Amino acid sequence: MIAEVIYRVRRGGPDKPEPGMADLLESWHIDMWLLLLLATVAGLGMFVIYSASGHSIPAVVNQAERFLLGLFVMAVVAQAPPEFYRMLAPWLYGLTLLLLLLVEVIGDHAMGAQRWLDLGFIRFQPSELMKLAMPMTLAAFLHHRRLPPRPLTLLASLVILGVPTVLIMVQPDLGTSMLVIAAGGFTLFFAGLQWRWILGALAAVGAAAPILWERLHDYQRKRILTLLDPESDPLGAGYHITQSKIAIGSGGLFGKGWLEGTQAKLEFLPEAHTDFIFAVFAEELGLISVLVLLSVYLCIVGRCLWIAVRAQDSFQRLLAGALGMTFFIYVFINIGMVIGLLPVVGVPLPLFSFGGTSMVSLLAGFGMLMSIHTHRKLLAN
Amino acid sequence: MALGSIKNLHRERQAFLARALFGTVFCLVCSSILIARLFDLQVLQNEYFQTRANENRMRVMPVAPVRGLIYDRHGALLAQNKPAFVLEVVPEQVEGMDTLLQRLSGVVQLTDQDIARFKDRVRKTPRYRPVPLRNNLTMEELARYELDRHAFRGVDVSAGLTRNYPLGASGAHIIGYVGGITEKELSDAPENTYEGLSLIGKTGVEKSHEDTLRGKSGAKIIEANAYGRPLRELDYRRGYPGRNLYLSVDSKVQLIAEQALGELDGAVVAIDPRSGEVIALVSKPGFDPHLFIEGIDVKTYKALSNDPKRPLFNRALQGTYPPGSTVKPAMAMAGLEYGVVTPEDGVYCRGEMSLPGSSRKYRCWKRSGHGFQDMVGGVMRSCDIYFYELAIKLGIDRMHDSMTRLGLGHKTGVDLPLEGSGLFPSREWKLRRRKEQWYPGETLNIGIGQGYTLTTPLQLAQMTARIAMRGKGFKPHVVYATQDAITREVTRVPPEPLEPIELKDNHNWQRVIDAMIDVAHGAGGTAARIGRDSPYRIAAKTGTAQVAAMRQDEKKARSLESTPLHLRDHALFVAFAPADDPKIAVAVIAEHAGHGGSVAAPIARQVMDMYLLGEVRYNAAAKPAAAAPVATPDADGHVHDEDVED
Repeated sequence: MIAEVIYRVRRGGPDKPEPGMADLLESWHIDMWLLLLLATVAGLGMFVIYSASGHSIPAVVNQAERFLLGLFVMAVVAQAPPEFYRMLAPWLYGLTLLLLLLVEVIGDHAMGAQRWLDLGFIRFQPSELMKLAMPMTLAAFLHHRRLPPRPLTLLASLVILGVPTVLIMVQPDLGTSMLVIAAGGFTLFFAGLQWRWILGALAAVGAAAPILWERLHDYQRKRILTLLDPESDPLGAGYHITQSKIAIGSGGLFGKGWLEGTQAKLEFLPEAHTDFIFAVFAEELGLISVLVLLSVYLCIVGRCLWIAVRAQDSFQRLLAGALGMTFFIYVFINIGMVIGLLPVVGVPLPLFSFGGTSMVSLLAGFGMLMSIHTHRKLLAN
Repeated sequence: MALGSIKNLHRERQAFLARALFGTVFCLVCSSILIARLFDLQVLQNEYFQTRANENRMRVMPVAPVRGLIYDRHGALLAQNKPAFVLEVVPEQVEGMDTLLQRLSGVVQLTDQDIARFKDRVRKTPRYRPVPLRNNLTMEELARYELDRHAFRGVDVSAGLTRNYPLGASGAHIIGYVGGITEKELSDAPENTYEGLSLIGKTGVEKSHEDTLRGKSGAKIIEANAYGRPLRELDYRRGYPGRNLYLSVDSKVQLIAEQALGELDGAVVAIDPRSGEVIALVSKPGFDPHLFIEGIDVKTYKALSNDPKRPLFNRALQGTYPPGSTVKPAMAMAGLEYGVVTPEDGVYCRGEMSLPGSSRKYRCWKRSGHGFQDMVGGVMRSCDIYFYELAIKLGIDRMHDSMTRLGLGHKTGVDLPLEGSGLFPSREWKLRRRKEQWYPGETLNIGIGQGYTLTTPLQLAQMTARIAMRGKGFKPHVVYATQDAITREVTRVPPEPLEPIELKDNHNWQRVIDAMIDVAHGAGGTAARIGRDSPYRIAAKTGTAQVAAMRQDEKKARSLESTPLHLRDHALFVAFAPADDPKIAVAVIAEHAGHGGSVAAPIARQVMDMYLLGEVRYNAAAKPAAAAPVATPDADGHVHDEDVED
């Protein structure tokens, strides 16, 4: 069966479609399927934002503007060939590391954490940039090396991964540092990291958990404890989870109808149009629509992996695979948090939640994926 | 590039494919976990969460029912609801109550009494509930407050209805008053009974007929947001206003009774013997019921409750007094009934007597003695010696039986709260309560309504009514009809007949009634002064109840003026009229006022005049002129006696 798939990959995918829209877009370095899937998610998101923000047209327009900006960035990014990003990677990594250090020194505080960098014209989180820079750099680093990585290579990779992670962790931003670890981790995973290392690392994390617990901030611990028993403090720390579960659970199979969700409209659900937008979606449109949305997300991830499988060199493969899996992790963490399976961490639902930097950086990532997919050299192995 | 040479691109690609497949499986597994959880929340627990969501958004806002109105028997308004703007404070929402009160006093007028009452109520109310600070805001105060309302956190004005008693203190002991519900009253009532209500009947009809007057709370189901702000009405549950009450009380008669009692402390009870309906029920001194609605402060309440005259005490129901000579007609009837005397049997009154083998003297009120007295004379002139002898013949057991049957010593069951039961002693009672035998000498005092005997004015009126009705009787009651506030349909409260008293010889009723008629109309009757000019015939009995026992060596009755007020005798009087067709039975007691015939009887006469004639014809000042023609047979000096009698 694997042989069959390999055969198809070599042939260049399933039967070549007739030249059409897809080919036209591809000649502009845009992948039609990804574009359609991303637009579907963002479009759905805007409907829900309209409802969750209390029928705010400006919020929807704002989101649409941001999505269009993201698409523009994506299209621009897609124009450059993958090799450009391989060259760019160490520079981007260095710059981001510098910015992270800068945040330590002059960053803005929010909720006991130093995350934001104000560059005068734009306020953004360098850690967000690291989510892209990390898989790029690791993929570039591993590109020429023998895979699966040998211990020395692995050690170097772990240093590349570890330094910015620690910097982000001390901000402290546990959520983002985990996502950066995930991005780097998936790169190593796709590089063929031996299972014994993977399992060993997981075991080490398990063993280190109590130590990590000691080092957590109070609010971070509270979130984890709340997860275990949200009803213990329904008006305090558990309020988000409790209200979010009520919203989702009361939605049922078919939902209460668009604009008919009471939990968000009556402001019981906090952060309804940002981190908790999935709850509004589930309340108003029900389990059926939730399954549709999940399927769309899975299709996006599938398309990313497909692009990775068809990529022409290690850098492209690793980057495409890591970006796809990281994207899935965002979705999983957000939904897991909203339905009370994971602690409350500030991870938006990608492309769906109302909000800033993540939309643009995500679409920039998809731009690289499209670049990988559309800058194919007609080379034989 | 050196390392690149070692790279096996084909193997790498294959390895990657395996990892990509694994990644796919990972994604699918993770998604399955999410879907399983979502299925649990949205399908399996859907109903539970729907309930939770509805609980979140729905608020039940109680809608208070309008309290029933109270009318007198002719439809005169006794209790009504008036719109009022009340300034309320929720203590929980206030930081620095004293500063707030100070600032508020610049906007609305706040007396020290308002503040004291408010602070008192704050202590007694749960902190999240609004506490009224000022009632009946004027329009100007309301406007001033509204201008600055944002500056007063936790303060609000509620427009509501407050209770109002148009007659003020008149009838306050019957109507009672409403006041703020206490936590105890709230927890004693069935759940949700007082939703949206803040007032509850505290005394009188307001209390005893609380359930009828209150009505049923309605409710609005409101959709509210997370901050409790109501957004829209989802549902409405209709309540129902309380029923209006028609009292059997005639407020004109009530007012006359109150005026007739004047500055005296005491009670007047008038009932219709044909139905048990209470026509008037006065207890003096009275009080202004409005004090309680607005929430009385500690100081005023203490002043009222510590007042030695006890204005809040309903003497007509709760007050127990020795009945004195007013029991004599009933005693006479017991004597006839048990056959121990005939109407003609007589006793010679020398002014005092003693039991064989005892030196203790039992005196008649008339020291000089009445001479020979038969039953009629004994009742009419209230000769104590006659009734001492009768008491000896009857014995305590038979007296107890017959007096109890006439309603003495136990509650009448009137539909008013706090009725006292009084006491008619018996051997069994004395053994139980005093751990003592019954002494024969005690029987004598009981025979003239002294000793242990204690009765309420209502019991005396009821006893009189039953004699008037020749044994028939009805449970006294105040509410004679109720009315649906919406359909205006009136439902009569039917009189509740009591088991009639059957005598072996029914002529005995008439014999006793005849003797009572002589009290008012006979020569030397102790109530002759009110019978003389009466257009209708009155059957009556005077009474004077000793408050302080007379010492054995006292030869002469002390004069009224020389006795300290609190030791002076109570003046009592019972009567019914017209004697041959009884329409009203009255009992009057005037505390420490002296003699029944001179003080209490005129009060009863005015009440009966008002009820039977629609005006007061009795004129105390006109007495000598009116008395002259009738007074002739009184040459034997009984006219004089009448003034000092009994």
